[in-house]
Parts: sequence; structure tokens; C-alpha cells
Amino acid sequence: MATTTERIARREPIDATAPPQKPRKRRKEWLLPAYTGLVIAYLFVPIAIMILFGFNNPAGRYNFQWEGFTLKWYNPTTLLEYEDLNDALINSLTVAIVSTLIATALGTLIALALTRHRFRGRSSLNLGLFLPMASPEVVLGVSLLALFVSINVPLGLVTIIIAHIMFSISFVVVTVKARTSGFDHNLEDAAGDLGADPWTAFWTVTFPLIFPGILAAGLLVFALSIDDYVITSFNAGGATTIPLWVYGASRIGVPPQVNVMGTLLFSLGLLYVIVSLWRGRKAEALAPPVGKG
Amino acid sequence: MPDIRLEGLTKEFKEMVAVDHIDLTIEEGEFFSLLGPSGCGKTTTLRMIGGFEDPTEGHIYLGGSEVTGLPPYKRNVNTVFQSYALFPHLNVHDNVAYGLKRKKVAGDEIKSRVHEMLDIVDLPGYEQRRINQLSGGQQQRVALARALVNRPALLLLDEPLGALDLKLRKTMQLELKRIQGDVGITFVYVTHDQEEAMTMSNRIAVMNAGHFEQVGAPQDVYELPATEFVSGFLGASNLLEGEIESVNGPTAKVALELGATVALPADRLPTRQGRIGIGVRPEKIHIQDASAADASSRANAIEAMVRMSTYTGVSTSYECRTSDGSPVVVYVQNLGSSSVSIGAGTRVRLSWDPEHTFAVKRVAKAEDDGDKTATAMEGART
Ligand SMILES: Nc1ncnc2c1ncn2[C@@H]1O[C@H](COP(=O)(O)OP(=O)(O)O)[C@@H](O)[C@H]1O
Ligand SMILES: [Mg+2]
Repeated sequence: MATTTERIARREPIDATAPPQKPRKRRKEWLLPAYTGLVIAYLFVPIAIMILFGFNNPAGRYNFQWEGFTLKWYNPTTLLEYEDLNDALINSLTVAIVSTLIATALGTLIALALTRHRFRGRSSLNLGLFLPMASPEVVLGVSLLALFVSINVPLGLVTIIIAHIMFSISFVVVTVKARTSGFDHNLEDAAGDLGADPWTAFWTVTFPLIFPGILAAGLLVFALSIDDYVITSFNAGGATTIPLWVYGASRIGVPPQVNVMGTLLFSLGLLYVIVSLWRGRKAEALAPPVGKG
Repeated sequence: MPDIRLEGLTKEFKEMVAVDHIDLTIEEGEFFSLLGPSGCGKTTTLRMIGGFEDPTEGHIYLGGSEVTGLPPYKRNVNTVFQSYALFPHLNVHDNVAYGLKRKKVAGDEIKSRVHEMLDIVDLPGYEQRRINQLSGGQQQRVALARALVNRPALLLLDEPLGALDLKLRKTMQLELKRIQGDVGITFVYVTHDQEEAMTMSNRIAVMNAGHFEQVGAPQDVYELPATEFVSGFLGASNLLEGEIESVNGPTAKVALELGATVALPADRLPTRQGRIGIGVRPEKIHIQDASAADASSRANAIEAMVRMSTYTGVSTSYECRTSDGSPVVVYVQNLGSSSVSIGAGTRVRLSWDPEHTFAVKRVAKAEDDGDKTATAMEGART
């Protein structure tokens, strides 16, 4: 088998100029773009549908069928029509912002410690960090609930935030570590050599250099937090977040306002990506040509 | 006034001693090199002076006051790192200005000092360049400017030219020497390149396995190596076994294993009696056809057989063997077409002046003991 394949492989360059090769090449020409297009469609169709049905004008409660274009859901008074949905949105944003800030700070410190120091328990910590990512959310949700109940913590926004910080930290550590493990620690030595105390060295050298990793981690866990349903549902008590509200509403029909809020959140993310790409381009264009000598 | 003093400086890592009780004094304004093979402890020594590594034992004094245990940012020392360690997120100006900003120097002064320093390192107008747009040689200069702009009492350089190609390295050697003259700062320079150390330094410490083998001016270290390691590390050398025969005032006589007796100044003997190694540099040896030996022969002479002669343009090198089988290499400068090459198989007379003869202690390979004595002696010499 192997020898035949090898022989074919060896002979192939000779055949490359021969006519029979041509149709195959033509077939390849549309195959790759078509395949790529399908994968991209697979990724983006759900988002497109969400955005589209934010402009739908359904007659009844169900927003499943296209019944005409309207902008009325973008009118602030209609958009904020359901007070409990507004509360859920505010809760979701509060939880996401607070848990992102805390988890990112804690996770970054863990990532720095893991890459900078060799301490006892380092490898078990490295492994343990994957546990929250690998365990089923139901398990995490139930165990947290059991914990809160057994130590008498009243369920509510605070328990949701604690739960979200818990599952976010691992993602932050993994993301930031990708950045810190390539970090040249001579740079910190150099900062110290030039008169910077460790605090100054961190903020003027280490932090700016690992910031892209921290930012990426922050965005990732913000996204994880704002759409978490399973863990939140166990630990919410009376509080409602957007996913909980939408799930509750789905039995009686999800109003187009939810689509609009989703679209706005999505646009915010898109705007950020565009701005950062544009700034990257500008920095490249501004840089003077590379000189040698 | 001494600028640096090291006393019994020692660094032990878990399983090994990287720096082993070194003593050293470096005077203000000196260009001092630490020379030794890779892994001998040069970087560790430098890192202890810079404050990045705490010594296991010993003391470090800078400008008369003890700094042992002080963190780097409290020492008036700057370092040019082996990999430059330039800040990639800052442009050239901000890299060079980093130390001045930490010292809260006024903005205008920072600007003019950075400008002036970039002129000195021959990078005028490069303030706004990003680090990744610079060539290796340019990065090296920025690293130098970033350190020197702080006007430290002492500059530490860890193989700063190691990453550059040969031609650029030669240019930068001269540049560094010029800059050191201009700014008048004490340089402690780490290198494993003996030629580099010799061309640049006022004094050299030859380091081996964590200790100093010899400390001295380049000429002294080259002409009069004190140990077998030094004689082998700095250029080629010939070592012959012998036993001290007599010490008569300023002159000593040593009976070589191969039969002849050679003379040398008595103060070069590491011991007063017993077995020693007698050395002579290849270019110091005069070579003649044994059958045609004449008055141009020098006082110390041995017989040998030419095994191979190699013409290299500026010189011819002869690989010879003595009667007891020891190899001896001779370099003869090509002074003109008249100098006739001596062919392989010729019996020759090799001779040299007692003045050009050096002696090293014979170290029995298995014993560590003699080595330590040699080190102690070097310490005394410093
Ligand atoms: N942080 C460290 N931990 C353990 N061993 C080290 C450490 N730093 C250096 N060493 C060891 O100490 C010895 C001297 O290293 P170094 O000073 O870097 O040598 P050089 O700069 O002369 O090449 C080497 O054998 C090296 O492996
Ligand atoms: Mg080194």
C-alpha cells in the first residue's frame, strides 16, 4: 500500500503539466469558496435571523413568521415597554459587569503567579482550573445551590454574581496565561534596573504588554455571563436575568423587544471589533518605513 | 576610589555552585571584562551586582557603600541585557526616557537628554521608531542609550554584542570603547570571546567554573597566563611538562620531561619545587632546521620534528612533535618571499627567550585540591 502511494506521490509532479490534471483543478476552484461560504452561513444565520425578527411586525404574540417590516420596536418607549424585561436587562448587565471585573482581576493574578513562580501545588492548580470548565453546568449549579442553602446565604443577585465569578475565573486564567507565558521576564528586570519599583514596573511594563490578553478574557467572560442560563437558574432566587426572562416568556411568545436588545448588544460587540481593527490599521499606516543599518 | 568591591561573593543554586567565593575590586572608569566559557557564572555574577540575584554568601560594595540585599531599583547601576530587553510597547524615545521618568526628571530635560544620548549612540532622529522596526545593531544601541542616559556610576553589559554578526560586532566593539571614553562610566563587560575581551578591556578576569583563574591587564593575562586553563582559553599555547631544577636569584631552571633544561624568571613560578607546566606562545618560538642551527637560536631550546606546515597568508603554522610526543605549535610571520618554508619530516630546533616563558601549576586531573590553591593565589594577586 505505502509503496504504491509513495510511487504515485513521486510521479505526480511529472503529471502536473498533463491535461487530465486540469478538470480536477477547476473543481477545486469552486469547492473551497462554496465550503467556506457554507460554514460562514452556519455561523451567522442564527444571528441574522435574530436581527431580522427585530424588524418584524407580528400580528399576534408569536414572532416566528415574517409579517412585514417595522422600526417600531426600536422606539425607546416600545422597547422598554415591559418593566420586568427592563429589570432583567439591568440585572444581567450588573451581574456581567461586576463578575467580569472581579473574575478578570483574580484570574489575571492567578495567571501571573502560575507563569512567574514555581510553588508547591502549582501543577494541581493548573489542572484544577480546568475542572469548572469541564464539569457540566447543571452539576456546578446544583452544588452551588446546595452550598448557599447549607450556609444560609439568601439567593439573589449576589449569589448569581458569586456563581458567575466562579465559572469565569478559569476562562480568564487560560486566556491570560496564553499571553503571560510568552512574557519575557527580563523586561521586568530591565524596568527594575531603570529605577522602577515592582508596583511601577507592573503598571508600566507588565500590564500594558499583557493587556490584550486581559481584554480578550474580559470580553469572553462578559459574554459567558450575560447569556448563562443553567447555573443562574439554580442560584437566582427571586432575581431575573435576560436568559431567565426569555426562557419564562418563551411559553407565551418572546416579544420582538428581546430581539432588539440582543441586536443592540451584538452591535456593541461588533462596533468594538471594528474600532480595534481600524486602530490597528492606523497604527500600522502611521509607522515610518522600516530602516536597516 | 574603587567603584565596585566583591568580597567572597557566592551563589549556590539548588544542585550547584554557580559563583564560588570571588573577590574583586574594580576602579572607577575602568573597562573591566569577565571572560569565560558559557556556563562559568558570568551572568550570575553580573546579576548579583545588578541586584537581580541575591548572593548566597559574600558582600557587594558600590562606591564604598554596601548594597548587598538592595533591590535593583535602589542601586545606581544600569544594565544592558543579553537579549536587550527593550520594551516592545514603547517607541525609542520612551524606552530611553524610561529611567529618567522614574527619577521624575522634568519633561524638557528628559527630551534633551534622550536626544543627546541618541546622538552619542549614533541614532539621531530615531525617537519615534518602534522597537520592532530596528535592526539588531540598532536595538543594541537603544539598549545602551537607555542605560547610559541615567548616568549610572556603573554599567553592566552581558554579552551585548553576542547577537550581532561578525562585521557589526567589530564595529560595535570600537563604538562601545569610544562611548565608554566619552561618558567616563565604569563598564563591567561579560563576554566569552577572548579577542573581544582583549581588544576592549583595561583589565580582564578569566572565569572558569565559578571562580577567577586570573585577573589582570590583557597583555599580562595573554603573555603570562597563570593557569593551564587561562593559557588554553586565551589563544593557542604550548605546554611542556617539567620539574623545577634550581632557583638562582632572579632566574629559575626547569628540567623538561623531554630532556632539555629551560630558564625563566623565578617570580613566574607558582611553586618553589616539584612538577610544573612550562608554556610558550606559538608566535614566540623561533624555528630552524636542526642541521643549520646558528647564532639566531634563543636561550631555551628543544628538538622536534615537523609533522605538518600550513600556509595561512600572514603566517605559516608548524605542527611539531617533541621526542616525548608532546605537540608544539609554531607560528612564523611571512616577512617576504625569502623566508623558506620548512617541510614535514624535517628535524628542527625550536627556541625562545626565557623572557617569553611562563609556568603553570600542574593540576592532577582527579584532584580538586590543587585547583583551589591556584584560585587562592589568584585572589592574592588581584
Ligand atoms: N536560576 C538558576 N537556577 C539554577 N541554575 C542556574 C540558574 N541560573 C544559572 N544557573 C546555572 O549556573 C551556571 C552559571 O550560569 P551563568 O551565570 O548564566 O553562566 P554564563 O553567563 O557564564 O554562561 C550554569 O551552570 C547555569 O546552568
Ligand atoms: Mg550568560
